[in-house]
Amino acid sequence: MRLSIYRYDPDRDAAPRMQDYQVALEPSDRMLLDALVRLKEQDDSVSFRRSCREGVCGSDAMNINGKNGLACITKLAELPDHVTLRPLPGLPVIRDLIVDMTQFFRQYESIKPYLINDTAPPERERLQSPEEREHLNGLYECILCACCSTACPSFWWNPDKFVGPAGLLQAYRFIADTRDQATSERLDSLEDPYRLFRCHSIMNCVDACPKGLNPTHAIGKIKEMMVRRSV
Amino acid sequence: MNRIVTGAHYGLRDWLAQRITAVIMAAYTLIILYVFATGPPLDYALWKDRFAQGSMRVATLLFAASLAWHVWVGMRDILMDYVKALAWRFTLEVLVLLTIAAYLGWTVQILWR
Repeated sequence: MRLSIYRYDPDRDAAPRMQDYQVALEPSDRMLLDALVRLKEQDDSVSFRRSCREGVCGSDAMNINGKNGLACITKLAELPDHVTLRPLPGLPVIRDLIVDMTQFFRQYESIKPYLINDTAPPERERLQSPEEREHLNGLYECILCACCSTACPSFWWNPDKFVGPAGLLQAYRFIADTRDQATSERLDSLEDPYRLFRCHSIMNCVDACPKGLNPTHAIGKIKEMMVRRSV
Repeated sequence: MNRIVTGAHYGLRDWLAQRITAVIMAAYTLIILYVFATGPPLDYALWKDRFAQGSMRVATLLFAASLAWHVWVGMRDILMDYVKALAWRFTLEVLVLLTIAAYLGWTVQILWR
């Protein structure tokens, strides 16, 4: 297969360039990541992140033929013979397909991604009914690969102020959690023209999410809760 | 000081206003279409007569006010996304507001002429 890869080493290159490779695949190669590992044997200067290689860690998120996705769960059989790989759009490039995720994680941190509950912890655990637990489905599965946030124009224009779809999905994960007591503070911190309301529901995030999650729906739920508490 | 500051608590208000004004404008459009589609053939005299009625004037003013508010939220959204320099953004926002206010004043003038 033919791979066109975005190459850029800020220390050495004046500008990024695309480099073409011909990669001979083995019959056992199933996913795009397998092809990248083959390529790495050919040219070990090509840089990309990978870890679990099964769609759980979210390390190998990249722009595959114009759409963000995880190389490890993108089937080679479903790709054309010529594949163009670029780093996730909108984030600073460290090298080749590796981007600096600082801004992404800063936004994630800003929504306080942990349970806030000041009551004395019970002897065993804070229980939820199956119905209450149901609300967390479609939220807790996020692996923070950044495919969604880096597909979002609002995040491209204001990565320092807009939380982005991944962060907002996680914000709602804690707002929806019946064990969390900081709902009001969480809504307060999002009731801002930038942090939440830069989202204009264009749903690029839903299109990009390799785990099939729906950040736009979660964002809608947050807006609904804000409306409910203010009218 | 160059810290990133957020927390202006008007996000929900403007988001909600944009939706409510959109509904008002859609309703007005449908009503206008209905009024003129079901009435006699439209000519200048009929148009003038319709807009001489108090209810029509108030409805049209409500439409114009909704449009003004809707445009303000939308235009500010665009400026927030694309104009990063504070002085420029502020200046442009004031210009947008003045333009909207002028159009609104002009609408009132036309309606009650």
